[in-house]
Amino acid sequence: MFKSDSVRNIYILFKKELWSYFNSPIAYIFIAVFLIAGNWLYFNSFFLAGQASMRNYFSLLPWMFLFLAPALTMRLWAEERKTGTIEFLLTLPIKDSEAVLAKFFGALAFLMITLLLSASLPITIAFIGNIDPGPMIGGYLGALLLGGSYLALGLFISSLTRNQIIAFVLSLAACFAAFIVGADFAVSGAPKILQPAMRFLGLGSHFYNITKGVIDTRDILYYLSFIFLFLWLNVRVIEERK
Amino acid sequence: MSILRVTSYCLRMIEIKNLTKKLGDNTILDNISFSVKKGEILGFLGPNGAGKTTTMKIITSFWSATEGSVLVDGLEVKDNSLKTRKKIGYLPENVPLYDDMKVSEYLKFAAEIRKIPKEKIKERIKEAVASCGLKDVYDRPIDELSKGYRQRTGLAQAIIHDPEILILDEPTTGLDPNQIAEIRELIKNLGKEKTVIFSTHILAEAAAICDRAVIVNKGKIVGEGTPDELSRRFAGKDLIYVKIKGPREAILEKIRAMENVGRAELKDRESDEIYGYEIEPKPGVDLREYLSMTIMNSGWSILEFSKKSISLEDVFRELTK
Repeated sequence: MFKSDSVRNIYILFKKELWSYFNSPIAYIFIAVFLIAGNWLYFNSFFLAGQASMRNYFSLLPWMFLFLAPALTMRLWAEERKTGTIEFLLTLPIKDSEAVLAKFFGALAFLMITLLLSASLPITIAFIGNIDPGPMIGGYLGALLLGGSYLALGLFISSLTRNQIIAFVLSLAACFAAFIVGADFAVSGAPKILQPAMRFLGLGSHFYNITKGVIDTRDILYYLSFIFLFLWLNVRVIEERK
Repeated sequence: MSILRVTSYCLRMIEIKNLTKKLGDNTILDNISFSVKKGEILGFLGPNGAGKTTTMKIITSFWSATEGSVLVDGLEVKDNSLKTRKKIGYLPENVPLYDDMKVSEYLKFAAEIRKIPKEKIKERIKEAVASCGLKDVYDRPIDELSKGYRQRTGLAQAIIHDPEILILDEPTTGLDPNQIAEIRELIKNLGKEKTVIFSTHILAEAAAICDRAVIVNKGKIVGEGTPDELSRRFAGKDLIYVKIKGPREAILEKIRAMENVGRAELKDRESDEIYGYEIEPKPGVDLREYLSMTIMNSGWSILEFSKKSISLEDVFRELTK
């Protein structure tokens, strides 16, 4: 009874959150930019490489998400604070955590829709050559987990301010830092002691593991804990309003 | 708990006991206590920054209290927040609404999240739209609405789940006189069945709508009672205004030294020689004759003389100085 109540609340809020993307031009701009930039960047090197492989495409995603995820999350709490609707939302008979989860799932669903719309690319490639399903499934799973991590981080940052621009810029910087920490060039420049820790903490290193088609539970657990941590922090911030 | 006590709790829909709210070193609410009976319309009065909004935010569990307790229908808000929120319809200050939604979408969302059964949602929305007069703008986006319609949309949202309690934070601010009259009428009608707290800084408004008023200033309750009671507290008190030609200091001194003068002060200035004074006699005394004779006998001349009774507005001013 209690649990289904929670699920119901989250579902109703989630619907509203997802719908509000499509109620504003941001959804259409977002999808257009994603499709155009994604295809252009991919086919730019496609003929040079002469390979019908998805690998280049998936290695582009973290960089595109870097800009697009903060654009999706920047207004989620900042706007509620600025317009005061947060007072309406958080005096409804719902738990603060339900509001946080609904916003997160709304953004994640929107990201998934965008990924689905960009499926024209793998379909095209599948016609040209043979696609190895392993890296492809891994690629989409990795994209979802990495995107989810960016979104959780961005959502948390949005809850700290009432200014959307600040939320965007800070989220971009934070996502970039979290992504780059585990990258080869960052790790190799760091002291030896720190290297394993950096490799583990970076969002990027786990992503490349998964897109290789090697789906390791440790990588998945890492992403899920990252997401959980920032959603939890988000709930703390929202509760601290008083 | 005896049965008697339970009943007395039920009669009090909202009970606020020793409520204190501090933000940093600022004391926003300082140990206030009052209660609202079932079916009562309570006007919550005070100048801006007196603590009205803070109190409402605590009742609706948007904020929490530093000390003290709030009972809603016998339930401690702090511990039963989800239950007490269900009983309350809330219109926050400045009417925040989701601007990217249509009125219809917004009300549907409010109805769903308030857990109105699916088959009743249409009917409830229809009722709320009818009682708030939203029919004409039902399909319009909220960001295109006039201030008056925004206010009504906010009200419709607050009553959509037919709550027992309505908390309205400055529901008439920023409206034109016609709209104010309409919203007041609406609140009066809603108050026939519900317990209502509404805040305002306009005393006439409280007098027009409420059964009882609580006046707060600087986080403390400074007055409480029906509008009649409040003015009666100051009844018998008149104010005398007199314009006198003569030396200012000497005149004030003379008046203040008179018997039965409660208060006397300079009110305005016409020229260097002519000033207006406001004099408040002690309750029940007609000071006029004695006052005029005293002034004339001192060799000064009276240019104007008038008496007025203290209005509710003056009571408010006096209490919240």
